[in-house]
Amino acid sequence: MSPTDAERKRVVSASLTLGSAVGITALSFGLAAVSSGASVWQACALSFLTFTGASQFSAMSVVGAGGSLWTAFGGATLLAVRNFVYGVALAGRVSHGADGRRLPLFRRLVAAQFVIDETTAMTTAESEPRLARTAFWVTALSLFVTWNLGTLIGALAGSVLDTYALGFDAAFPAAFAAMLPAHLRTRRGRMAAMTGAVVCVALTPFVPVGVAILVAVVGVLFGVRS
Amino acid sequence: MSGATLSAGELWLLIIVLSGAAYGLKVLGFVVVGGRTMPPVLNRCLALIPASLLAALVAKDTFTTAQELVLDARAVGLVVAIVAVWRKAPFIVVVVAAMAATALVRALA
Repeated sequence: MSPTDAERKRVVSASLTLGSAVGITALSFGLAAVSSGASVWQACALSFLTFTGASQFSAMSVVGAGGSLWTAFGGATLLAVRNFVYGVALAGRVSHGADGRRLPLFRRLVAAQFVIDETTAMTTAESEPRLARTAFWVTALSLFVTWNLGTLIGALAGSVLDTYALGFDAAFPAAFAAMLPAHLRTRRGRMAAMTGAVVCVALTPFVPVGVAILVAVVGVLFGVRS
Repeated sequence: MSGATLSAGELWLLIIVLSGAAYGLKVLGFVVVGGRTMPPVLNRCLALIPASLLAALVAKDTFTTAQELVLDARAVGLVVAIVAVWRKAPFIVVVVAAMAATALVRALA
């Protein structure tokens, strides 16, 4: 049975709503990135090309603290590994067209750029294949627009304001804290988080800036064994 | 924050390699591996990475400046953020409240 107009409308409006909410997150990324020393163009390039929020925040957070290129790269890339997992989960749902045939390689390579937290959540929430595809594409495109627009506005605002006095650097820990709860629902998640935070703080005085973030990933081992 | 030490060129290089790696991981999962199932242990490990890293980033961005451990206005911001997250406030409220609290403490200091 094909989805009704009402069902399709529900999916489209939920996806668009999420898109506008994410635009606000992008504003704070733009502000935070500029407060860490990125130019407006660099903040925009990150949102356009990298297009995965937590990694972008992480890279600019390490850069702002004075970390090296490669430590900033390492932490941000580790955070991007979950997009690989999402990709595996979404392939069966999104890589085929309405006729049941696999999409051409080019279309799949374009779709891959949009494999992130939000599209995964919206797509996997729909069990009907056509609605799942609608959820993926509407979320992907609305998010891509609002994420880049929000970054531009935030970065422009950040470049003319006194970012330190206005506390824009505090946007980083607040943003990470807001992203955390989804990962703390299980005992394993809580163990991994606690170990990660403790290891990072304990190592900071002894290793180059940004390295403590990389080593904190050992929290995963404590989490997985608990 | 103590200010970036990377040059504009290095920052561009970071943006390019990070974008390449992030896209590579998306393609690897979505196009290359596809709908195959992965070993459960690997799945569990991969699922835990954000928990460790996000918590470490919260700690770093609040309690450290370069290699030093510090307790300053940002800690007040974090407390406010945690209360907002706990009360299930929207993302923007969490971030703005934390920035406002930090700015207020700095203005009073």
